[in-house]
Amino acid sequence: MSTSKSAADAAQQPSEGSQGARQNKGEPVSVNVYIPTPFRHLVGNRVRVHAAGANLREVMDDLDEQFPGFAAQVRDATGELATHIGVYVNRIEIETLEGEATSLAAGDEVAFIPALAGGAGTALTPEMVERYSRHLIMPQVASIGQRKIIEAKVLVVGAGGLGSPVALYLALAGIGTIGLVDFDIVDRSNLQRQILHQTADIGRPKVQSAKDTLLAHNPNINVVLHEVPLTSDNAFEIMGEYDIIVNGADNFATRYLVNDACYLLKKKLVDGSILMFDGQATTYLPEQGCYRCLYPAPPPPGMVPSCAEAGVLGAMCATIGSIQATEVLKLVLEQGEPLVNRLLLYDALALEFRTVKIRRDPECPLCGDNPTITELIDYEEFCGSPFPHPEEEEVAAV
Amino acid sequence: MTSATAPVVRIRVTAVLQKLIGGHKEIEARGATVAAAVDDIEGNHPGFKAQMYAEDGKLQRFVNVYLNDEDIRYTDGVETALKDGDVLDILPALAGG
Repeated sequence: MSTSKSAADAAQQPSEGSQGARQNKGEPVSVNVYIPTPFRHLVGNRVRVHAAGANLREVMDDLDEQFPGFAAQVRDATGELATHIGVYVNRIEIETLEGEATSLAAGDEVAFIPALAGGAGTALTPEMVERYSRHLIMPQVASIGQRKIIEAKVLVVGAGGLGSPVALYLALAGIGTIGLVDFDIVDRSNLQRQILHQTADIGRPKVQSAKDTLLAHNPNINVVLHEVPLTSDNAFEIMGEYDIIVNGADNFATRYLVNDACYLLKKKLVDGSILMFDGQATTYLPEQGCYRCLYPAPPPPGMVPSCAEAGVLGAMCATIGSIQATEVLKLVLEQGEPLVNRLLLYDALALEFRTVKIRRDPECPLCGDNPTITELIDYEEFCGSPFPHPEEEEVAAV
Repeated sequence: MTSATAPVVRIRVTAVLQKLIGGHKEIEARGATVAAAVDDIEGNHPGFKAQMYAEDGKLQRFVNVYLNDEDIRYTDGVETALKDGDVLDILPALAGG
């Protein structure tokens, strides 16, 4: 919140001529101010308010005095008018007038329009401004961040227990391109936890059902379907198109494949896994450790059961999946501290969250000092078990 | 052999390992080192050790043991010394998604 405060403080400071002499030393006049949706909560949810001032700067000061927090929304940390806020006087952009020194006459209409200024990048439509208003009002997101979200490309591996909440929250947030890799068919036993799919979807390909759900929630996004098993042959081609990869795979072979491909492609990997009442999550950034540093080798087949064999509490998926989606959005927004070099442990029975330290292993065969794995390998052989195949639907069930 | 004066530590396991220690999530064990504490558990819950060690006698590479939130692979492995009140977490890899 220090950003907002400093911006507000800056906005409160008198403008002592550094931006040029004021053009209007006359008496303040009353003007009508149009308030866009994202800022209306500051003004009692009104569309228009009155403010007083001889020029635009004074009107903005008056607005912040009447509605504390207003300046923080329209000024950046240095107190300048934020570049993503367009300000119009009688529908004319103030940059073509005299900026904040623009003189005002009684009854003028002043409008603050986020995201239409700034030129480059994705413009937010009025529908998006309303849809994403709870993002836009936060200075850590604002329209610049929302545009980063819209321009982001994220691949979700698995449209099952974890992939469902991850993809859904990313879609709601407005991630512009969401890729889904899954070859599985919706089974009735999936519906206890896989919130992308509904009863009527039983028998449909999961990626198709997922796409329908995601677009029903947010038609602004692009959902790209990869209805194939992820393998060493297609991983680079599929994953290469995306900025961030989210792991929601249900088997060790795919997890090692995704890890190795992410490292070799230098992609960010947001990892999560669940079983019974336990969940784990972490984020791997290039050169800062990988899944092999944490778990150098998979268990022999049969030593660690799958969800199909041991079960999983359905609601666990939302907890870990939501954490993964949060990590993706933080990475896109470049905000906060990612879950890097920390493994988050969720124990649902004790209802405890803890983190333990993880680190890059200099002896890691993939990302260590003397790597022996320099290309994708045979993961079925490495794990001693085959990738799930479409015809083996019980194995594929997450 | 576990000394009666050896430190008493708490061992926490994930849900999938609970069946190996009588259905508990957490048990106490005695041991001056991680290996000694594992031996102590094995005495009461035969079969526990087989989940922890590979056939070559080394810690399984899909099982991580954390002592007070630090991975023992980066301390002295199973020879890491324990003191009264330490907490060991045993975390096998999970692949569910």
